[in-house]
Amino acid sequence: MHDLGGRQGFGRVDRPANEPVFHARWEAAVFAIMQATAGAGAFLNVDRFRHAIERMEPRAYLTHGYYGRWLGGLETLLIEAGLLTREELAAALQAKGFPAEHGRAARPEAQPDPPGPPPSAAGTRRELERPAKFALENRVRTLAHGRHGHTRLPAYARNRAGRIVARHGGWVFPDTNAHGLGEQPQHLYTVGFRAQELFGPEADAAVEIHLDLFEPYLLEDNT
Amino acid sequence: MNDRPPQAVRAEALEDLLMEKGLLKGSDVDAVIQRYTERVGPMNGARVVARAWVDEDFRARLLEDGAATVAEFDFEGGQTERLVVKANSDEEHHAVVCTLCSCYPWAVLGLPPAWYKDPEYRSRIVREPRLVLAEMGLQLAPEVAIRVWDSSAEVRYLVLPQRPAGTDGWDEAALAGLVSRDSMIGAALARRPEEVA
Repeated sequence: MHDLGGRQGFGRVDRPANEPVFHARWEAAVFAIMQATAGAGAFLNVDRFRHAIERMEPRAYLTHGYYGRWLGGLETLLIEAGLLTREELAAALQAKGFPAEHGRAARPEAQPDPPGPPPSAAGTRRELERPAKFALENRVRTLAHGRHGHTRLPAYARNRAGRIVARHGGWVFPDTNAHGLGEQPQHLYTVGFRAQELFGPEADAAVEIHLDLFEPYLLEDNT
Repeated sequence: MNDRPPQAVRAEALEDLLMEKGLLKGSDVDAVIQRYTERVGPMNGARVVARAWVDEDFRARLLEDGAATVAEFDFEGGQTERLVVKANSDEEHHAVVCTLCSCYPWAVLGLPPAWYKDPEYRSRIVREPRLVLAEMGLQLAPEVAIRVWDSSAEVRYLVLPQRPAGTDGWDEAALAGLVSRDSMIGAALARRPEEVA
């Protein structure tokens, strides 16, 4: 449900004036819970955290708000890491007078991914000895299909032709890092796409959309 | 209590549980509130923009390497590993999104507003940016090119809005007061002098 780019049906952007950073204390509490969850080792990198959010119950993803999404991901990770049990959380809810399923969005897996190695360095930029495959202005085509698991190629940009507009060197690869398969750094590029390439001839001819895409998502475009 | 969103109740139950387990302290929550309401926020990005408006050399460096140039300010909130700054012009308008989640340049703008993270903006800004921006109050003529930057990896983006007319001779602090958070996302222009008078 997280892959929302280009999806149709949503309405106007609601932008209240003077919105507070935290609408209620519970939101800040979720932020602090994120820090505590990371500190306790329930996730070792941001890719795993993002993927846990992506795995939450999809209807809740659309309706629980940003910190509700964090909560769905964090509860998943805490249970998968064995740092708390569903029974403990159920008891905590019942102590507040609510049923165990109240607001539940987490979907922990019975057989979660291995935790994977801790980060090899601060940040996510990694030096790569092998050269980048693509040069500026090269034409590329993105992979046609999604895959099970975490990836940073949105569906709206799959199987589309674009051009390399920037090169960023090597970075931790989210597709492996989210699943405990290691950093396996890849070259990262900014790829520009005409809006009409992404959304058809009715799209605005004066619009270009750019995405930051990893080398494994890209093929040479010889069309 | 019954009209609170269920995720609020669940968050508080989890908070209680983690405090019992010694993984969380009440003061941790207060520290988060203080940090992100007082010290880390768009007032930092506004100072960067204001300096770029008055200092051509700074502007050039900012557009060349955003992260290294912003680091000259030593803002709290850490540093961005790679920050790309996009300058608006009469011909070209930039807007930033993270369609997949909520990636945002925390170090210069603090935490993102809810609208940036919600499905409406994330889904529509890549498909129909001119209309979405118009609905948000920013009318761009059809001949103005729009460049949307989807922050799908760890590169972060900051829009450098155009300096408003009628600000000759203004000092950096006054100029920073014209730079709204939304103008640095690309969802608005910088405020005009008459709007803040």
